[in-house]
Amino acid sequence: MTELPRLPTSGGCRETPILKQRGQREVFCGLTGIIWLHRKMQDAFFLVIGSRTCAHLLQSAAGVMIFAEPRFGTAILEETDLAGLADAQDELDKVVDELLTRRPDIKQLFLVGSCPSEVIKLDLAKAAERMTQRHAPSVRVLNFSGSGIETTFTQGEDACLASMVPVLPETDDRQLLLVGALPDVVEEQAIGLLEAMGIGPIKVLPAPRADADLGVGKNTVYALTQPFLGDTHDALTRRGARHLPAPFPFGEEGTTQWLAAIASEFGVAPDLFEQVTAAPRARARKAIAQAAEALNGKSIFFFPDSQLEIPLARFLTRECGMEAIEVGAPFIHKGLVGPDLDLLATGPTISEGQDVDLQLDRAKAAKPDLTVCGLGLANPLEAEGLATKWAIELVFTPVHFYEQAGDLAGLFSRPIRRAALLKLEAAE
Amino acid sequence: MKLTVWTYEGPPHVGAMRVATGMTDLHYVLHAPQGDTYADLLFTMIERRDHRPPVTYTTFQARDLGADTANLFKTAAQDAYDRFKPQAIIVGASCTAELIQDDPGGMAETMGLPVPTIPLELPSYQRKENFGADETFFQIVKTLAKPMARTKQITANLIGPTALGFRHRDDIQEVTALLSDMGISINVVAPMTSSPADIARMGAAHFNVLMYPETAESAARWMERELDQPYTKTVPIGVGATRDFIAEVAAISGNEAYLDTSRLRLPWYSKSVDSTYLTGKRVFLFGDGTHVLAAARIASDEMGFEVVGMGCYNREMARPVRAKAKEMGLTATITDDYLEVERVIEALQPEMILGTQMERHIGKRLGIPCAVISAPVHVQDFPARYSPQMGIEGANVIFDTWVHPLVMGLEEHLLHMFREDFEFHDAAGPSHHGGHKPATSVDGGPAPQPAASPGGLSGEMKNGSVIWLADAEKELKKIPFFVRGKARRNTEVFAAERGVAEISVDTLYEAKAHYAR
Repeated sequence: MTELPRLPTSGGCRETPILKQRGQREVFCGLTGIIWLHRKMQDAFFLVIGSRTCAHLLQSAAGVMIFAEPRFGTAILEETDLAGLADAQDELDKVVDELLTRRPDIKQLFLVGSCPSEVIKLDLAKAAERMTQRHAPSVRVLNFSGSGIETTFTQGEDACLASMVPVLPETDDRQLLLVGALPDVVEEQAIGLLEAMGIGPIKVLPAPRADADLGVGKNTVYALTQPFLGDTHDALTRRGARHLPAPFPFGEEGTTQWLAAIASEFGVAPDLFEQVTAAPRARARKAIAQAAEALNGKSIFFFPDSQLEIPLARFLTRECGMEAIEVGAPFIHKGLVGPDLDLLATGPTISEGQDVDLQLDRAKAAKPDLTVCGLGLANPLEAEGLATKWAIELVFTPVHFYEQAGDLAGLFSRPIRRAALLKLEAAE
Repeated sequence: MKLTVWTYEGPPHVGAMRVATGMTDLHYVLHAPQGDTYADLLFTMIERRDHRPPVTYTTFQARDLGADTANLFKTAAQDAYDRFKPQAIIVGASCTAELIQDDPGGMAETMGLPVPTIPLELPSYQRKENFGADETFFQIVKTLAKPMARTKQITANLIGPTALGFRHRDDIQEVTALLSDMGISINVVAPMTSSPADIARMGAAHFNVLMYPETAESAARWMERELDQPYTKTVPIGVGATRDFIAEVAAISGNEAYLDTSRLRLPWYSKSVDSTYLTGKRVFLFGDGTHVLAAARIASDEMGFEVVGMGCYNREMARPVRAKAKEMGLTATITDDYLEVERVIEALQPEMILGTQMERHIGKRLGIPCAVISAPVHVQDFPARYSPQMGIEGANVIFDTWVHPLVMGLEEHLLHMFREDFEFHDAAGPSHHGGHKPATSVDGGPAPQPAASPGGLSGEMKNGSVIWLADAEKELKKIPFFVRGKARRNTEVFAAERGVAEISVDTLYEAKAHYAR
C-alpha cells in the first residue's frame, strides 16, 4: 500500500550492533511524565511519594510557573518517615485524606514511587489497595514507579499506563485500542482517519476521564502511538490483547504504514485506504518538503532522551534527506521499534544508555549540523557552536500523523534556519 | 510526610551545586541516581549559562543497589578528576544516595586524589537549598582559607554570591563600585567568580562584605573567628541601607565614608507629584529573609507604602524577620508552605505583592499585581541588561520594578473615566495582567478556582453571615479594581464589627466614610 519512492534502506539497522556505555546520563527520570499526563487525564491527581528533590524536579521541569495549582504534588518524606515503614503508611493515609478533602473533584489518584521510596521499600501497592477500599467508589487509587533508579523520562508514562491495564474491565468486543497520551487535536485526527475507513469501535488509553467506557480482552487489538510503551505493551498482551506492529506515525511514511497495519487488520479495501489518505498524504509531503529544504544533506546527532530517537531518525533520514551520525536512545525495545529500525539505513551508530562525557566527545568530534539533546546540554553545546534541538519539545508538541508532519520537520529546521539568519559576528 | 504543591527551596545538594557552579576549577562529585541530573537545567536553561555545571553524578540504578554502588562512586570520582583536573573536589550525596549510606566523603579521602577533597554533610531530609549553599561554602573556606599577611592597601572579600542567585552577578559589580569609590579594592569575590586558589588567599583581605547571609553567614563567622576578619552586617539594598552600609564600611576600614549619589533617582522619583498616588499602597512582602528585610524598609521609608504583611520561607532568617514585622506592628508569616502564603494573601487583599515567582503566581490567580524581589526565580529574572538590587543603581531598579505594576494601575484608574467605553469595560481586565482576566490559566485549560465563598466574601468572612446585596455589589464594581479589594475588606470588617448582616450601598459608603483619612 505504500508505493513510495524511498531511499534504499541498505538492509536496515535491526541487526546493527548497539553501542552500550555505562556512565553519567543526562536525562529526566520518569516522574516528569506526570507533567503531560495530568493535563491528559482530567480527573487524575499524581502524588509523588518522594523527597524535596522530586518536588523541585517537578516544578523545574514544569517551568515553575505554568499552572496555578497543578494536579500533581509531592508527599515529602521526612526523617520520621524513614525511621519505620508502618509510620510512613499512616503518614501517607493522612496526606491522601488531606489531598482528597482539598480536591473532591479527583477520581483517579496515582501514588507515584520515587527513588527514595523505592530504596526504603515503601509498599505503595499495598497503600493503593487500602486506599481504594477506603475511598471507593468515588476514587480509584493506583500506583506506579517514576523513580530515576527504575525509569527514564518517557518511561514514566509507560509505567503509569501499564498500572491502569490490570484494572480495566474485561470485554470480548472486537475493538481497536490506541495506546499513548497524545494532544487531543492529534488524537482526534487519528480517530477521524480510522473511522473514515470504517474501523471501529476505537478506544484510547489513557482515557480523559476515569468513567470512560474502556475495557480490554482477547478481541482487542492495539496500536501504540509512542515507542516507549514497552511495559504497557506487555500488560495488554497479558490481558489477551494483540499488538499491531508498525513504524511509528511520524512523518508521511510512518503515518501511512502505521495506518496501513491497522487497515490490514480490519480488512480495509485498498481503494478506501487510498481515498481516505490521499489528500492528507499529499498535504504532509508538501509541508515536509517545505520544512525539509533546510535539512536536506545536513547531519544529525541524537543524545538519548525520549525514546523517540529511532523513529525520528527514520523520518529525518528518509523524508527530510538528513544524515544520521549517532542515534542514541535510553532503551531500545526491538519488539516496538523494530519496524522503524528496518527502515533506517545502516550507517549511524546506534547507542543505548549513556556515558555523557564520552558521547559529548563523539558529538564534538563529529560536528553535526544539528544535535538533539536534553535541556541540560543544549545551551552548553550552542556555546560551542553546535545547533541544538531540545528533545523535550518532541514530547510536548503535537508531532504525530499527517497534519503535523510539516511541523515535526519544522521543529528540526528552525534551529538551522536561525543559525543561518543571525549575523552576530559583528557583535561578538 | 508533608503535602507540597510548589516549593520555595530545592534540596541541599542543589545549594552545593549553586556554589560549585559559581566557582571555577572546582568539581562536585555527587552520588545520585540518574534523574538528579535535572538540576543541570536550572543553570543552563533558567540562568542561561553557556557551560554545564561542574558536577559529575554517579547515576546509580536499581540494579546497582544490591551490588556495588561504592565502586561506582570511586570510578566516577576518578574519571571526574582525570577529565576535569580541578584544583579541588567537593563530594556529597543526594537524598537517595544518603539512604544507601555509602559515605562518599570517606571513600573519596581513601582514594588519594592529588587535590583537596572536601566532604559535604548535607542532610537531605532535614535541610534545604540555602543551608546546602551556606554549608558548602563554609566547608570550602574552612578547608582552603588560611591566615596570611594582609594586603598593603585595604581590601575586602565579597562573599555570598552564587550561581542562580537573584541578581547576584549585577550586585557584585555595584558593591565593587561602592567600595572602589571609598578607595577599597576587592581581594576575592566568592563563591561566584573564585577558584579554590582564590579561596586560599581570602585571608589577605581586611574584612568581608557579607552580601547574602543566606549563603555565606557561616563562612563569615568562621573567618571572623579564625582569620580575624570582621564582616559587614548591613545588606546595601535600598537607599537607607546603602548609606548605612557605607557608614559601616567606613567604621570597619577606617576609610572616609563616601557615596556618589549623582545617579540616584529613587528619592526624587518618590517625591515627584505623580508618586502621590503611591501613598499608603498596601503591600505584602514575602521571599528570602534578606530581601524581605530590605524590602520592608524600602517599602515603608522610601516608597511610602503600607506594609500589611511580611514573611520569609527560610527559617534561618525567622528571627530578624519576626523582629522587623513586630516593629511594623505585624506578625510575620514564616513558612515554606506555598498554600499557607496564599491563604494569608487572600485574607489580607493587598494592592501589591512583593514576592518570589511563587507569589507572582498567587497574584495572577487572585488578580493582584506582583513584583519579584527574591528567589526562587524564573528565566525572566535573569535579564540581559544590568539590573542590580544593591547600591544606588539597585535602588533605581527597585523603584522601577515596584512602581510599574502600580503605574499600570494608574493607567487603569484614568481609563476608568471612560468606563462605559466599549474598549475599557470592567471585564476587559487590567492591562498588566497580560491580556488575561484574573483566574484564567495561561494554557487554556480549566483554571483552578479559589475555594467557593458566598457572595465572593474574603477568607475571614466565609463563616460569617455577611451578605452583599445586589445593589451594593454593583456599586462596589464601580470602584477601580486596584482599590476594590481594600474597599470590600474594609466594608466587611465595618459590617462585622457592627453586627450588620447585609451590606447595602449605604453600608458601603458608611464604611468608606469611617475609614476615610
